[in-house]
Amino acid sequence: MSDIPNPSGGLLKKPLPEAIDPGLFEFAEFDQNAGERIGYSNYSYWHSTFQVFRKNKVAVVAFWILALLLAFTFLQPLLPGQNSATKINIDPATGVQMRNRPPDAQFWFGTNSIGQDLWARIWSGTRTSLLIGLIVGIIEMVVGIIYGALWGYVRKLDRLCTEIYNVLNNIPTTIILLLMAYILRPGFRTMIIAMCATGWLGLARFVRNQIVIIRDREYNLASRCLGTSTGRIITHNLLPYLVSVIMLQTALSIPSTIGWEVFLTYIGLGLPVSTPSLGNLVNEGRLIMMSPELRYQLIFPTIVLSIITISFYLLGNAFADASDPRNHV
Amino acid sequence: MTKYILKRLGQSLVTLFIVVSVVFLLMRLLPVEGYFGDGYDKLTPEQRTAALQRMGLLDPWYVQLGRFYFNMLKGDLGTSIIYRRDVPVVEIIAPRIPYSFYFGVAATVLALIVGLSLGIAMARKKGRAADKVGTGYIVLINAVPSAVYLLFIQLYLTSLFSLPLLFDRYQFRSWILPTISLSLGGTAGYAMWIRRYMVDELNKDYIKLAMSKGLSEKKIMVRHVMRNAFVPMAQYLPAAILSTISGSIYIESLYSIPGMGGLLVDVIQRQDNPMVQALVLIFSSVGIIGLFLGDILMAIFDPRIKLVKGEGAR
Repeated sequence: MSDIPNPSGGLLKKPLPEAIDPGLFEFAEFDQNAGERIGYSNYSYWHSTFQVFRKNKVAVVAFWILALLLAFTFLQPLLPGQNSATKINIDPATGVQMRNRPPDAQFWFGTNSIGQDLWARIWSGTRTSLLIGLIVGIIEMVVGIIYGALWGYVRKLDRLCTEIYNVLNNIPTTIILLLMAYILRPGFRTMIIAMCATGWLGLARFVRNQIVIIRDREYNLASRCLGTSTGRIITHNLLPYLVSVIMLQTALSIPSTIGWEVFLTYIGLGLPVSTPSLGNLVNEGRLIMMSPELRYQLIFPTIVLSIITISFYLLGNAFADASDPRNHV
Repeated sequence: MTKYILKRLGQSLVTLFIVVSVVFLLMRLLPVEGYFGDGYDKLTPEQRTAALQRMGLLDPWYVQLGRFYFNMLKGDLGTSIIYRRDVPVVEIIAPRIPYSFYFGVAATVLALIVGLSLGIAMARKKGRAADKVGTGYIVLINAVPSAVYLLFIQLYLTSLFSLPLLFDRYQFRSWILPTISLSLGGTAGYAMWIRRYMVDELNKDYIKLAMSKGLSEKKIMVRHVMRNAFVPMAQYLPAAILSTISGSIYIESLYSIPGMGGLLVDVIQRQDNPMVQALVLIFSSVGIIGLFLGDILMAIFDPRIKLVKGEGAR
């Protein structure tokens, strides 16, 4: 192994001998048609993935439920006759807040303890929670991929990255989350920072392990010998193999983000009560859950929350199975 | 082996040192009002400075950190400010440790027993009703946030079996539900992994050979499949311990169990800095010790782990 050029320096930095004309070694542009000239099979990765996925009935159902639910969540405020999520409804006849009204024609899911429309609050809360989930998922993905790729590919960083990972991974996630949320002021940004602080660890380790497995395959040795830069090897040779893993982890980070949000809200470190979110709604419902006739305020938000998290979970796992080439025909 | 244990122990101690220092320094970033209790507004700026001086909060951070370590070695973690004013933190926490310890250990053991039995049953009846029910349970536990399903368990199971809603240490029946609740997550994890490893093992060629030799199915299952599937399971023990710690924070608070988890929620809500700091340190230490023991167990169980010199897997 010692005569192989090291990606982080070594042979590449030495000037080429005079006799060789460097012009002979220019990079050619990638040409799809030329690449396919030697191909013999019409196997297409994404086509097969899609085919396997479609055979999984549960996943397809979860996909459609989720698609409809997401579409509805974002279209709901545009529909006619919707109440505002934060408006306190006051009975025009008596001037009293319409507190704890059970579900009826005017308030489909009833009202909460200060007279806000639960139906509107649930969809508004779903939007908030999904937004947090999406932002956290994307940040985790970016950080996890960059860290994992450097950790796996650059040997000099291996020791340092492993130690950093060990320290962070040794502390219970809950504790890191609580500590971050406690030290920073509670709010939208704090919640995202706190959840991102630990969430990227799993993906980083996964990416690292995969890269360690494939980084010394022949085609990567060839690339390195031809002088391809480390960045290009990572983005063109290694990461395409990891797409399925990355998508799975990102899909699964949404249910876990929603779960953490409910937990942090329970502890008292969640979003301010004025912002409807699934965590706030569950927590409001929990406070009055002891009176059976008011339990709808806990049950409606949890049903929506569970449908979302279960669908994302099933979908993520089904996609992971489908994108595994071993399951392809 | 001894060398590996010592190396791993050193690693844990370094981690512990880093965690303690970082937590201590982060807590110093919080506004100083947290050290005065209720009377902060009534004090003049001079009185405030004097009080901060007395508490040693105006010294450079490394002096404070050094003093903190020195006191910690003497078993002094500071005094509570708001929760119980001027009572040493250690005195408040000590009587709560047995509860957290009991629930943690009982839930881990219960999860191991139930989870492994469920997983083995699922692998043996792969594709049949029992497997499907088990899978449904695993999906539900993994996908629905624990903060939600634990709430519903408390709400409905207490009335269904007429169990007490809150914990009362003199009443045995009130110990049941928290223990079961705390074990649910671990149960799902163990069942999922043991099933996966057993199914993987069943598809291997030597099982086909064993079957064509005419060995009984029971013998194959016990002798080969289960033995080989148990080995990689050891690595999930530490993760299960960590998740039990997380779960205990929520469950103890939900059932008003006088343990450390419930206390942490309490002091976070009341912003009692020294208490939060001490509890965070205890929970992280438990996590670090748990992972350490898990790694040692794995090294003992799995003969395939080679304890080579140098760093990480190549």
